[in-house]
Amino acid sequence: MAVLELQGLRKQFGELVAVDNVDMKVEEGEIRGLIGPNGSGKTTIFNCITGFLHPTGGKVIWQGEDITGEPPHVVAGKGIARTFQLTNLFRDMTALQNVVMACHLHTGVGLFGQFLMTRRTKKRDGEIEERAIELLETMGIGEVKDEVAGALPHGHQEALGVAMALATEPKLLLLDEPVTGMNPSETKDMMERIRRLRDSGVTILLVEHDMKAVMSTCERLTVMNFGRNICEGDPNGVCSHEEVIEAYLGMS
Amino acid sequence: MRNSRTIVLIVLVALAIVAVLVPYVSSYYYTDVITMLFINIILVSSFRLITLTGNWNLAQVPLMGAGAYSSALITGSLGWPFWLSLPLSAIAAAVIGLAMSYPLARTKGFAFFIASYAAGEAMVLCWTRFKVPFGGWTGLVNVPPPGDIGGISFADPTPYYFLTGIIMAACLWVMYRLARSRIGATFHAIHSQESLARSIGINITRYKMLVFVVSSFFAGVAGVLLVHRMWAVEPNQFGWVPTLYLLVWAVFGGTRTFVGPILGVTVLTVIGELLVPLAEWVPMIYGFILILTLLFFPEGLEGIPHRVQSWFGKTRTRTAAPGEVLSEGQLTEGQH
Repeated sequence: MAVLELQGLRKQFGELVAVDNVDMKVEEGEIRGLIGPNGSGKTTIFNCITGFLHPTGGKVIWQGEDITGEPPHVVAGKGIARTFQLTNLFRDMTALQNVVMACHLHTGVGLFGQFLMTRRTKKRDGEIEERAIELLETMGIGEVKDEVAGALPHGHQEALGVAMALATEPKLLLLDEPVTGMNPSETKDMMERIRRLRDSGVTILLVEHDMKAVMSTCERLTVMNFGRNICEGDPNGVCSHEEVIEAYLGMS
Repeated sequence: MRNSRTIVLIVLVALAIVAVLVPYVSSYYYTDVITMLFINIILVSSFRLITLTGNWNLAQVPLMGAGAYSSALITGSLGWPFWLSLPLSAIAAAVIGLAMSYPLARTKGFAFFIASYAAGEAMVLCWTRFKVPFGGWTGLVNVPPPGDIGGISFADPTPYYFLTGIIMAACLWVMYRLARSRIGATFHAIHSQESLARSIGINITRYKMLVFVVSSFFAGVAGVLLVHRMWAVEPNQFGWVPTLYLLVWAVFGGTRTFVGPILGVTVLTVIGELLVPLAEWVPMIYGFILILTLLFFPEGLEGIPHRVQSWFGKTRTRTAAPGEVLSEGQLTEGQH
């Protein structure tokens, strides 16, 4: 069964149609790649799913429920997490503090508990920290937990971004160019971790330009061009599709 | 860490001793000046709370006025005791803050700036327009001092000085704890990366409203203390000029650390007192100080130690600098 379904999704900025009647189904437990040339509407789709943008038309269906137009924190609460294209971190906090902050969703913050620092609050804060360390280790950056996030190397920052998304305990993870700017061995590492996340039960929707990474990781690809979903299928099938070749090589 | 904690403790105790001695070694006049300083410290600290989320609230002084008017009405017209009026008026200011925050929390940056100014001005206009119950331009007079306790009359400057000092200490302690808690860290997170904060499930509107309400509460406390010192209240006290002063204190001291704004208002009060013979020139001198601060110490007084350190070659890297904010938003008790 499809966990996420886009029905005729449309987003218009003034005259510009960024996303044009896109239909798409993401099955539970798959790694789906969303590819296409720059400006083809991939990130706009992410923003529409996660509530950062209101779609002009169409629906976003999540586990059978219409979540179109819900604000981001509500969408996050329903189990959809995302990362951002230009890595987005609380730069002046440490790696650990970043993830602790992201654990926010499922731990809540009681005004009076925080203020009085009751034993229960302290105990819970300790548990949150343990969980945050675990997540950092899952992403292979446990050893830099006390370093300031803004000073970390790019690869670590990307990994930290994913760790924070995981802290919200998502069922679906939207990754926006997670390996951009990484060297081949870092890329391989990240892709391996993404596969393992999937194996642990998280469905993954991935926007990425690194075709090698996409081809080797995704089971299915959705190709976008000019805001439209031009084809869908397994990596090899997609590669031989006529419109895809046109989109990428610019033939007309 | 333990060491710096001891130093802070020593400084606090020293300040407390000085504060206790002040009324006995100086004149009524200076006791009164410092009482006023205490009130302004509560105000500027409550203002700083909102700056944690990145917004500068221009309605802070009118919200202080809400506390003042509320207490003037409760004690003056209803005749209820000050001790009941203090919490009630602070809550009244918080409720007005809640109403204001509903639209304001949905704006940010310049829009917030202007909208908060408009909201504050609207409130001041209400006080001037509605003679009943607010008394119009002339405001309300005959606000009684707090009732005696055990023979101590709070109509005298010295007991009132101690009352204000104790309430200030309590307010600062609460605001400090709040800023250092995970809630404070969340305010900071919203400020530093709003979209990221939203994506990890933080309801930013709710938090912005929360900080506004809490901040209004403490502004209200400052207002109550002000009105029972003056025994009267008028709309002019909460107009544009006092708001400008508040901004100058905050810019001059810096808003990144808890002590920054407190330092700002204290130093400027001292300067203001030294310049009493030149009273007419004070606004202009404040203006100069503001411009010089922005030019040479854009981080305010609180940034000076860091500056001096870098002059003497003890360079801290740029990434280490925001550590001050960091320790502010410490996420767990165990780390400091």
